[in-house]
Parts: sequence; structure tokens; C-alpha cells
Amino acid sequence: MTETAHPAPGATPSQTVGPFFAIGLPYDDGPRVAPAWRPDAIRLRGRVTDGEGEPVPDALIEIMQADGAGAVPRSPGALNREAGDFSGFGRSGTDADGGYRFSTVRPGPVNDGAPYIAMLIFARGLLKPVATRVYFPDSERSNAADPVLSAVPEDRRHTMLAERVADGEYRFDIRLQGEDETVFLAV
Amino acid sequence: MPEDPNPRYLTPEYGSSVLRAPSQPLVMPKLGPDAIELTSPVFGAGELGALDNDLTLQHAGAPLGERIIVTGRVLDSDGRPVPNTLVEVWQANASGRYAHGADQHPAPLDPNFTGAGRCLTDADGRYRFVTIKPGAYPWRNHPNAWRPAHIHFSVFGAAFTQRLVTQMYFPGDPLFPYDPIYNSVPEFARERMISRFDMDTTEPEWALGYQWDIVLRGADATPMEG
Repeated sequence: MTETAHPAPGATPSQTVGPFFAIGLPYDDGPRVAPAWRPDAIRLRGRVTDGEGEPVPDALIEIMQADGAGAVPRSPGALNREAGDFSGFGRSGTDADGGYRFSTVRPGPVNDGAPYIAMLIFARGLLKPVATRVYFPDSERSNAADPVLSAVPEDRRHTMLAERVADGEYRFDIRLQGEDETVFLAV
Repeated sequence: MPEDPNPRYLTPEYGSSVLRAPSQPLVMPKLGPDAIELTSPVFGAGELGALDNDLTLQHAGAPLGERIIVTGRVLDSDGRPVPNTLVEVWQANASGRYAHGADQHPAPLDPNFTGAGRCLTDADGRYRFVTIKPGAYPWRNHPNAWRPAHIHFSVFGAAFTQRLVTQMYFPGDPLFPYDPIYNSVPEFARERMISRFDMDTTEPEWALGYQWDIVLRGADATPMEG
């Protein structure tokens, strides 16, 4: 143990984002991680549902990802895309039907792992966020070798795979609880 | 490893958690968080507006209520300051009403108060907001349910795994024993959410001052438990 002048402070606990975060957290560029006109742009969309399959209209989704070449972004521009390059960060609230959508690029693989988008979900009723990863269905070989996906029980792995619904368009639903519950990670 | 200060997902006293808490155990990656999860978005000072950290100056007139200064430092789990990180706040007005269409509390809106702000921490990890002390407000969790006055905080830190959304409370609030959200936190950690009145932060003839430090978890040290 190293000597410190003061004992390490205790971490501040999490509290729910509550029902009214929309007055402060969403911002115009939040869902536009990359502009939709880019030739390599993809759309990522989905729905958040609760333990009864009902939509969660007051969830907040945040994503963090590598760029198309697998580089971990270090540039500013997370709030205002015009201020900088690809920041790798996105934020979207859900609509009345629990829906969210991002325009981004498909991430490249980082350190030879399978490409994925890290995702956090906040909502009224969640006293701390849930974390998951969005993997891509057309990366079968790297998915099979991925240490996180392979640690997930086989019958639940599909909940971390986006569904390719059209060219450049992926769907990733989040089921917070119950049947086909999304795999959430302790990270 | 320090004890986990976070609430459990399923906290039946907080009704909204019952259908939204995951029921399956979390999966822990063997190798811990990965490069992307250990990264945080980067925010440039130019991306924020000049008045973003003063919630009393965002409209034509001054909002009603008790003007306060809320300041403190964002620290990592070793007590080191986290500079240049984004801190966002949102809150009810002095009457306990949010400027949000879904807020049904029959208390007046204030045309001079939206209740949202943000700033970047300085080189010492310090943030500072000027705002109005929010009012307590009723909600429908249980009969005669009232939330203690609080300001919502959202903090990034140096890694996506350190991301923290929490609530800052005010000292001596009589509603603490009755609030299932405040009490969802294990008892030993509840006081960490309460700000401290500070005469040195208080500005004469102007505003009362509150200090509140925010301590982020280690980037890959303390996984969340169910």
C-alpha cells in the first residue's frame, strides 16, 4: 500500500435520473454521433421496454464507441459536433413508444476484439444505470472469439446482438426485465 | 475492496423500480472493462455557453426563491481532482415544480427559471453553479409522499465506467426518513449525498453557499452489484 495523507474518500452513491431529466440532459447533437450524410453512416435504433413489455418513455440511452478504424476517440466535440471531430459519444432520450435512435458509424475492432458499442441506460425506476454492449450480427467470427460474449450464457447472447434490418440500419431493443431480458454487464 | 455504496436495482419501496430492475444477475467480463469502456467523451470549453453555469441568468428577469451557490470538486477514488469533466444539473424551481410538461404538481412555474445548467471542472476538479434553492415536491409513490429538496447531478469522469448520475440534498431536510430514493442507498453512504452549508462560499448581500464534493468510483475497481 502506498502512503497517502488522507484516507481515500468514499464514492458518491448513484440515484435515479428521475422523470424530468429532459429539461437538462438531451441536446441537439446527442443522437448524431456521426452525420447521417457520411457514406459510412449507420442508423442504430431500438426500443426500451419494462418487465411487462410496456414501453419506457422516460429512459436515457448513452453510447460510447470507437471510430470506423477501431481508434478510441480522444477529440472534443461530444456536445457540439461542429466544434470537433468524431467524439464517439452519443445520447438519446426515448419517445412515447420507448424508441431511441442514433446516427453513427459502425465501430471498427479495438485490440482485435469484436466490434461493439458500449451502452448505458438510465431511467426513472433505475437507481443506477444498466450497462450493456451492442455487438453486430455480421461479425460472426470475432463475436465467437469475444471474451465477454462467450462468458454470457449461450441462450442469452442474442440479446447483445443488434439485428440488421436494412442496409446500414441496425435495431437493438433493450428489455430491462423478464422474458428475454437483455444481458447487463458489471463493468 | 470498499463496500458498494450504490442502491440495489430492485428497491420495492421505490415503486418504479419493480418493473424496471433487471432480474438476472449481471455478467462480469473476466478481463474487466475494455478500452472503450475505459474512455470518456472529451468536452471542449467552447462547446458550452457562457451562462450555462448560472441558472439565475438564463431569462429576462430574476427567478423567485433563495439564490444559492453550489460548488465542490469532482474527485477520483484516490481523492485526485478530475479536471475538464462535464457536470450537468437539473432541478425544480423554488416552488418545487419542474419546467417539464409531465410535472403535475399544482405549484407555480417560474417564467424566469428553467432549472438546467452545466459546466466543466477546472484544473482542480472544481465546479460551480449559481441557482435557486429547489423546493420539496409531492409524488405518487405512496400516500403523502414528498421528495426532499434536491439537485440532480450528472458527471462523466475519466472513463465511461465512472459515469455517475445522482442527487445532491440539503443539510437537515426533515423529509430524509420518509424518502425511499434517498434511503435506497446503504445507510453508511447516505450522508455522502448531502451538501454542507459553507459560510466561506456564502457571498454577503447576495447568496448562501453550499459545498459538495463528488467522488467517482475507480475506473475498473468496483463493479456494480445487483
